[in-house]
Amino acid sequence: MKQTTDFKVQDRKDYGDAVLLRLRSKNQLLTILPGQFANVQVDGSSKTYLRRPISIHDVDDANNELSLLIQKVGEGTKRLAELKYGDKVNLVYPLGTGYTMPAPNDRVLLVGGGIGIAPLFYFAKMLNKKGVRPTMLLGGKSKDTLLRLADYEKQGEVFVTTEDGSLGEKGFVTAHSMWKDHEFDKIYVCGPKPMMQAVATIAKEKKIWCEVSLENRMACGIGACLCCVEDTVDGNVCVCKEGPVFNIDRLKW
Amino acid sequence: MVNTTIDLGHGLVLRNPVMTASGTFGYGEEYTDFVDLSQLGGIIVKGTTLNPRQGNPYPRMAETASGMLNCVGLQNKGVQYFIDTIYPRIKDFDTNVLLNLSGSTLEDYVRGAEMIDALDKIPAIELNVSCPNVKQGGMAFGVTTEGITQVVSEVRKVYHKHLMVKLSPNVTNIAEIALAAEAAGADSLSLINTLLGMAIDAERRKPRLSMVTGGLSGACVKPVALRMVWQVAKVVKIPVVGLGGISNATDAVEFMLAGASAIQIGTANFIDPAISVKVAEGLKNYCECHDFEKATDLVGALET
Repeated sequence: MKQTTDFKVQDRKDYGDAVLLRLRSKNQLLTILPGQFANVQVDGSSKTYLRRPISIHDVDDANNELSLLIQKVGEGTKRLAELKYGDKVNLVYPLGTGYTMPAPNDRVLLVGGGIGIAPLFYFAKMLNKKGVRPTMLLGGKSKDTLLRLADYEKQGEVFVTTEDGSLGEKGFVTAHSMWKDHEFDKIYVCGPKPMMQAVATIAKEKKIWCEVSLENRMACGIGACLCCVEDTVDGNVCVCKEGPVFNIDRLKW
Repeated sequence: MVNTTIDLGHGLVLRNPVMTASGTFGYGEEYTDFVDLSQLGGIIVKGTTLNPRQGNPYPRMAETASGMLNCVGLQNKGVQYFIDTIYPRIKDFDTNVLLNLSGSTLEDYVRGAEMIDALDKIPAIELNVSCPNVKQGGMAFGVTTEGITQVVSEVRKVYHKHLMVKLSPNVTNIAEIALAAEAAGADSLSLINTLLGMAIDAERRKPRLSMVTGGLSGACVKPVALRMVWQVAKVVKIPVVGLGGISNATDAVEFMLAGASAIQIGTANFIDPAISVKVAEGLKNYCECHDFEKATDLVGALET
């Protein structure tokens, strides 16, 4: 079940280039799976004609609230980041497939790069609810780009890399020393495509089950326009509907 | 009580003038969470070709000022797959389900139309004549009077139900093309298909679309579409179905005043998945407020 719903901005927090928006609906929230996204209407200006697909960062069912962690990248995200308390914003949600839930005994690694850490927060929370304590490996350009780190640390052990070495180990997530002495049954990745491809390569080498979350450019978000396709072993498939989460075995990476 | 019924002829009767445009509404199933299909005049399902097509590589879409470009390239699983797998799922929708048929050779169009002709619950084909004709150097069938005459008359011979022909706007004289399609046996004309356009990423000095060029749609094309509907409706005797940038009920009314008997909602479905039923409701309200007893009274009521 999907819906078009008006939300009101309940709270906003600024994190440098990003903003955390807490949105409240008058109605009960639909069931949201970790890894799903919302297609967010911007403001109907000529430059932001289409909705923007944004991953769901956190969910608070009791208060009919969900959170979006938005990095100001283009015109649409810049405008969304200007929303203030009480502003109305329209969402089509929940869209896409979520991450495949691991088995209770699985050793789980979540790898996030840049703003790609956003959906992993809700996922980590849901994993904890199921008794799975995930390990997280989060990478960013500098320490300022690693948002809400203290909140992630509450959900499990966190390893950090930054490109400038301002926090954690210097370099990319794939070079982190934790790979040497940790073993995992399932790896879940969200971030820039080159980073996800590099992690997928490690997963393949180590023969570890791995899912990645793609962010191909979308229009409709519901599998109608066929714009956001990814070339898979089953041909071109819509990332918005059959993804955004894909097992790496399905991708031609 | 406004009578919103529109009879497009040859067995195609719409309960109201609002349809959804091919390529923007999937097979209807994608929208059932948002739209009560029984509130629509009809839906036109995804462009289908005789043989399966993988479509063009990613990226297929670029947002533009008040619109978008696409080069999806008619990705679909072919007519036989439609008949075997999709048709059984959608044939009992409580609305008119039209199939948009495309082809790259005359033979493909004819064979596809023959196969669709046998489907009881498909009252009409919308013939997409904007596809490149591979035997004529890739020029689209629908951009010359000879090309459109040939494809429409050949399909007409084998297709016995309502034949709607969707015109390309990428022509010098749309009225001439429309008259040719009418003379070749079209029951109605829908226009406009997308306008050929292009977008460039200046930072990377690269095109934004994998195919460099693509079809422009959305609110930005409305004035062009409206003008073409007006020019065509003046010269043909068969009904005209208007589309191109319709985003609300007022836009729909404008197309009907310009001469359209019915309209299609396209790209606006992406912005508000429930827009089609809102337009249908808004059209009825307009008729009530302006004392039109029948929606057909709006058709061509423009005062010039």
